[in-house]
Amino acid sequence: MVHLIANLLQQALGAVGLSGFAFIINPIVSAVVMFGGISVFVMFLVWMERKVSAHMQSRIGPNRVGVFGLLQTVADALKLTTKEDIKPVHRDKIPYYIAPIIAFVATFAGMIVIPFDKGVSVQNLNIGILYVISITSFTVIAILSAGWSSNNKFALLGGFRSAAQIVSYEVPLVMSLVPVIMTAGTLNLNNVVEYQQKAGYWFVVPQFIAFLIFITSATAEANRAPFDIPEAESELIGGFHTEYSGVKFAMFFLGEYIAIIVSSAVAVTVFLGGWLPLPFLGSLPIPGFAWFVAKLLFVIYLIMAFRWTFPRLRVDQLMDFGWKVLIPISILNILITGFCILFFGKGV
Amino acid sequence: MTDLLLSQIKLGAESQFGTDEYVVNLGPQHPATHGVLRLIVKLDGETVKETTPVLGYLHRSIEKICENRTYPQCITYTDRVDYVSAMSVNLAFALATERLMGLEAPPRAQWLRMIMVELQRLASHLLWMGAFAGDIGALTPFLYGLRERERIIDLFEMTCGQRLTYNYIRIGGVMIDVLPEFVPKCRAFLDYFEPKIAEYEELLTYNPIFLERTKGVGIISPEVGINAGVCGPSLRGSGVPCDVRKQQPYLYYDQVKFNECLETAGDCWSRYRVRMREIRESVSILRQCLDRLEPGPFETKLPPVLKAPPASEIYSRIESSRGEMGVYLVGDGTIKPWKCKFRCASFNNTYVLDQLTRGWKIADIMAVLGSLDMIVPEVDR
Repeated sequence: MVHLIANLLQQALGAVGLSGFAFIINPIVSAVVMFGGISVFVMFLVWMERKVSAHMQSRIGPNRVGVFGLLQTVADALKLTTKEDIKPVHRDKIPYYIAPIIAFVATFAGMIVIPFDKGVSVQNLNIGILYVISITSFTVIAILSAGWSSNNKFALLGGFRSAAQIVSYEVPLVMSLVPVIMTAGTLNLNNVVEYQQKAGYWFVVPQFIAFLIFITSATAEANRAPFDIPEAESELIGGFHTEYSGVKFAMFFLGEYIAIIVSSAVAVTVFLGGWLPLPFLGSLPIPGFAWFVAKLLFVIYLIMAFRWTFPRLRVDQLMDFGWKVLIPISILNILITGFCILFFGKGV
Repeated sequence: MTDLLLSQIKLGAESQFGTDEYVVNLGPQHPATHGVLRLIVKLDGETVKETTPVLGYLHRSIEKICENRTYPQCITYTDRVDYVSAMSVNLAFALATERLMGLEAPPRAQWLRMIMVELQRLASHLLWMGAFAGDIGALTPFLYGLRERERIIDLFEMTCGQRLTYNYIRIGGVMIDVLPEFVPKCRAFLDYFEPKIAEYEELLTYNPIFLERTKGVGIISPEVGINAGVCGPSLRGSGVPCDVRKQQPYLYYDQVKFNECLETAGDCWSRYRVRMREIRESVSILRQCLDRLEPGPFETKLPPVLKAPPASEIYSRIESSRGEMGVYLVGDGTIKPWKCKFRCASFNNTYVLDQLTRGWKIADIMAVLGSLDMIVPEVDR
């Protein structure tokens, strides 16, 4: 699909004598397709979250706009974009405006290395895992500058909490991926999946603890409950985005959901075999992309179910949990994996 | 040497920049304060140095209004004192007036009052459970609590036509007898409701995050609690028996079997446990009351004009959903109370907030505030 559009555009450029610019076509088309696809997917996710929470709380959920309320998110997005943009008077202008953009771009940029199907990713980077981890941690800059620049006490508290939280949970997040990288011997997400195909198992089986640590840290990274202390509404009203409204708020909102998608996509790729079919179902004529999306939805459902089940941790308990529980376990996990590779070879 | 250096740095920081406390104003419109309570919180980073509740945003001068109304008219205003548990306040005022004037409601009315007040306790505790869980970040129990509360409210609506301010318990009896289908419906509700309690407990009681947030947080020692006048489930969480239903039985509470729920730790979790156990006790009380409910008159014959004896006074107390609810009335031989004063549990329970939260984190304010079950209209009146 992407290639088809890209080819058409390249031919069109050639026809008007601009074939020299053809090299920029592919990335742009990919970006546009990604943006469109992800935005629609986010809208679906927001609807899904509302339906999941409604189901868990014995409610009905949105059911008025469109079939099963599917267009509810579209209506909400329209409302947000047409809303008056209220800005605090004593804001620090530049960070205030840049923050939502960073929050959105940093998470969205993580999507480009995710392999949706065999060989289908915008960029097949050989340091894919490292790239995703580093680019998504830019959100901390966005949140901190949003908290600082809105000149609001609650926003500032939220910003600080978030900085502490993301810095702390970055460590177990990376460390939970290290055993997989050690076993697969690659940082390339495509190759990780191919390794799982060759080895005949998904990494979730030997590295179940790493999978749990990853999901937990990813939930914390995305500021989702039970780790949503930067925007704990019962304490800090809206946290860092208290003073944001309209489109800027929508950017933060979009960023949060894209962060969930990116984290879940990495989890699916690294631990759940990416586009690979379920065992015993490999003969079914289901494309790899569908398998990927199905697994993605499963992981996202897990993260959503967390939110509607658990209370919120306190900020010091959150730090304790990260530093005293998750990091030691993940270090131990790395050690054990290392010994296993040393003694039994890579077929652990 | 390092000490000297540190003190110099400290001195330098003080002289050049100066430090100030981070004062955060929670409320009066804030998602966690259960209405229009305002808290001025002095912070050191995330740590609370001082919490000052500012009251009065919901002051409606109910006591003064009552002094300008006849006794039966006052009942309507008592609904608004604590609109989450309106039946209890109705009962408190009606009982006080009856004791002042030497009246006695017939047995059926007494049993009906007990049924209504216990149902109200269930409704209030359910709402509290949801709000408390919501305060510490779990949003789902709120919906569960409201789901069952809705059925209780339906029972009330069936009986007196109102869903929030009932005005049902009157001087000398109740407003109207219950419908014939009330008793079976109430029984059906109890059968439906009892298994649900286990569901809430499963969701919250031993949830590790919930334990982490509530165990050891906001400890009221028995001395502090008694000195500050904390009452009701909040004090029973510290192991002090203070249930008015046991200590000074009113209505027919001496004729039903129930346990006073006590916990010893005095932290938020104990207060949570006390209330969850009280829910079970209330169900048991309700079953006994429904068994004992017999036909008969639902109100006593009142004199055409209700007058208190001259120079009479009464302090009458009941156990409302939030604790001891006292009504002090002074009669001067006219149709109006000369003095009317409500002693409300929420007001005294809020009093300890500052002591409980000093040195804790800002998130603990919400946990403690939630666990005290304070209702702003009752604080301000």
